[in-house]
Amino acid sequence: MDVILENLPLYWNGFLRTLFLSAVSGVIALVLGTLLAAARVSPVAALRGFSTVYVEVLRNTPLTIAFFFAAIVLPRLGVKFEQFEIAAIIALSTYTAAFIAEAVRSGVNSVPVGQAEAARSIGMNFGQVLNLIILPQALRTVVPPLINILIALVKNSSVAGAFFVLELFGYGRQLANANGDAVIPVLLGVAFFYLLLTVPLGILASTVERKVAIAR
Amino acid sequence: MSSVLYDVPGPKARRISLIGSIVGSLLILGLLAWIIMTFAQQGIFEGRRWQIFTRADVWMLLGNGLGATLSAAALAAVIAFPLGLLLCLLRISDAAFIRIPTRVVLEFLRGMPVVLMMLFVLLGFGTSPFIAVVTGLVLYNSAVFAEIIRAGIQSLPKGQREAGLAIGLTSFKSRMLIELPQAVRRMMPSLVAQMVVLLKDTSLGYIVAYGELLRAVQVMADFLGTQFLFPIFFVAAAIYIAINILVSRIAVWIERRGSKKAAGGVAKAEPEAAEAPVP
Amino acid sequence: MKAFMTRRKSFFVAATAALALSLSACGGGGTDAGGDPSVAAEPTFAAGTTMEKLASAGTIKIGTKYDQPLFGQVGLDGKPIGFDVEIGKLIAAKLGIPADKIEWSETVSANREPFIEQGKVDLVIATYTINDKRKQVVSFAGPYYEAGQALMVNADNDTIKTPEDVRGKKVCSVTGSTPAATIVDQYGAELVPAATYSACLEPLRNKQVEAVTTDNVILAGFVDKEPEAFKLASDETFTKEPYGIGLKKDDTEFRNWINDQLESFEEDGSYKKAWEDTAGSVIKTAPELPEIDRY
Repeated sequence: MDVILENLPLYWNGFLRTLFLSAVSGVIALVLGTLLAAARVSPVAALRGFSTVYVEVLRNTPLTIAFFFAAIVLPRLGVKFEQFEIAAIIALSTYTAAFIAEAVRSGVNSVPVGQAEAARSIGMNFGQVLNLIILPQALRTVVPPLINILIALVKNSSVAGAFFVLELFGYGRQLANANGDAVIPVLLGVAFFYLLLTVPLGILASTVERKVAIAR
Repeated sequence: MSSVLYDVPGPKARRISLIGSIVGSLLILGLLAWIIMTFAQQGIFEGRRWQIFTRADVWMLLGNGLGATLSAAALAAVIAFPLGLLLCLLRISDAAFIRIPTRVVLEFLRGMPVVLMMLFVLLGFGTSPFIAVVTGLVLYNSAVFAEIIRAGIQSLPKGQREAGLAIGLTSFKSRMLIELPQAVRRMMPSLVAQMVVLLKDTSLGYIVAYGELLRAVQVMADFLGTQFLFPIFFVAAAIYIAINILVSRIAVWIERRGSKKAAGGVAKAEPEAAEAPVP
Repeated sequence: MKAFMTRRKSFFVAATAALALSLSACGGGGTDAGGDPSVAAEPTFAAGTTMEKLASAGTIKIGTKYDQPLFGQVGLDGKPIGFDVEIGKLIAAKLGIPADKIEWSETVSANREPFIEQGKVDLVIATYTINDKRKQVVSFAGPYYEAGQALMVNADNDTIKTPEDVRGKKVCSVTGSTPAATIVDQYGAELVPAATYSACLEPLRNKQVEAVTTDNVILAGFVDKEPEAFKLASDETFTKEPYGIGLKKDDTEFRNWINDQLESFEEDGSYKKAWEDTAGSVIKTAPELPEIDRY
């Protein structure tokens, strides 16, 4: 236990880095994912095609490979970052966006057809139908799955530790190596800090879920 | 569904859409061409870099890696699915003293990074890397399976359970005979999509030195030299994407088959339940 | 006291037996034509010692790194090669265990101590630096080699010569490794952590980091592969990393026996041959066996 208390500042640093990576990637992924979902149901064939291919490819790529492309292949193409955090954010947000797009799309599909028909019958165009009628309802039903995806994002940020970004899991490995006699307590400490982020999100998800269930 | 959202496009809208599509496609093709040109300039497509793929031992190692990936994923899926069912039943139990502890356990399992669980099992219990990878995957994915099935049960019309209870089934029998079969069938696409996630997560086995596909790739790049890094990774990415798309296609196929079967039943009367796989 | 005496005695019996065997079996150069060390024929050890247990089992479990060029690196056939591996084979041979009866397993930095404590491996030979903190959980034979931390930079870089020059600059090393901790804690560099040392090469090539740091011997392996791209910042090292052989804590007989073997390898030339067959292909100056730390 001492090893956790002694290294609390290190854990805290790692925790903040993980929080930062997850928060920034989460916001970008939400925006990108919603745009992709909108493209998926749009009238323009090319947008539908692009969105479908994007989601299929990214969903079927292991996160480690996404990281490899962002951190190692992109610099070869001339896209160089001063900070490797940018590569990590690119990998995490593009990857997570594919899952968010899928969740939002199934949310859109869960809105009864009558809603769209009613909106259309009073003369709304595609943008209005989507923005004013479908997405607000869809987002409500997809909030619990979205939060689950964000929980996964927090945990997935641990892969960044292998790609040039020092975050909670990376600090954990550093401590584990320096304290060979206390590897298990060190890892329990890491687990605690992850749960500090993920458990409140999980509780939020089930609360929202209960609220939405009444509205249905 | 999508057709309900907008008018059938007229000639002008179709023309704009067509022009937009062509311009967009050209932009994407241009970007791809630029990427390929840049790589070519750096000599990544030189024959000597790709010659390694004529070697039998390279394919042997890739094959072994793929075997390790698939066997860990298959074993984990086979254990995680029944465990997920069990956890789901406990989670929706009528007895609070079962339901609440299960919820705590599920929150815990869902909240822990898979890499951390793998490392923990390896170091804490002194298992082989294979067991560590499988256990890590089982712990996490059984929790996700439980949540998916629970969402499926909750999306069923209330009448299903009420009817079950009304004909004298016990609560447990109603769950097992009436609700679970429908929920599982309804959530099949999500369940298979989650299996894809599970398959991909085997690549996190690098943390416990499990010799799966990505690890084999890394070993190869280290051993043969960095000039082969890119070719090897491109091949690995292609293998992963091909296998995962194959599994996803199976999911679509199951979905179609399932919906045909359920056509006369109730499953499609309700809107499709929204439960996305969790990366 | 009596127990101590008998233990000492059995150790001497074992040591003399092994010494006699090493003289008879390995007199002629220490290795056979196939490259693997020649195996001691039916060595005898005092009952109850680890040596006796391993010798009668006819197999030994050794943990090593699979991603350290020249020391422990796995080949395409799944078998590790390198200086650490050769040392392992030499020790196994003294126990009468041929090279193909060694069960190699990969140890990553974080699992070396737990693997020894749990008996998953009998020995760890894995560029494993001896230090006091580790001595509290495992015992170390050796050192069998003394490396030192160094910096690798791009071939056209003339600004970085000493570790003082990287203060505040980005330096790549492996997450959680000892060199990573040293460069940050003592020289104030900004750490860019990677999964393996080879993963550091791309960021260095792209000038996203100024230098890569780890033990000089590992860096030498990279420079050897791409001399036109990389170079060592200086031939001087700025730490001492005595590599030891990790084994179960307080197995003093086994530790002393291995130490004796290491000295015999130095005498009969098999130490030098092990070096020349592996790391010696890159690092021309063959090392002397460091003074054994018989604590």
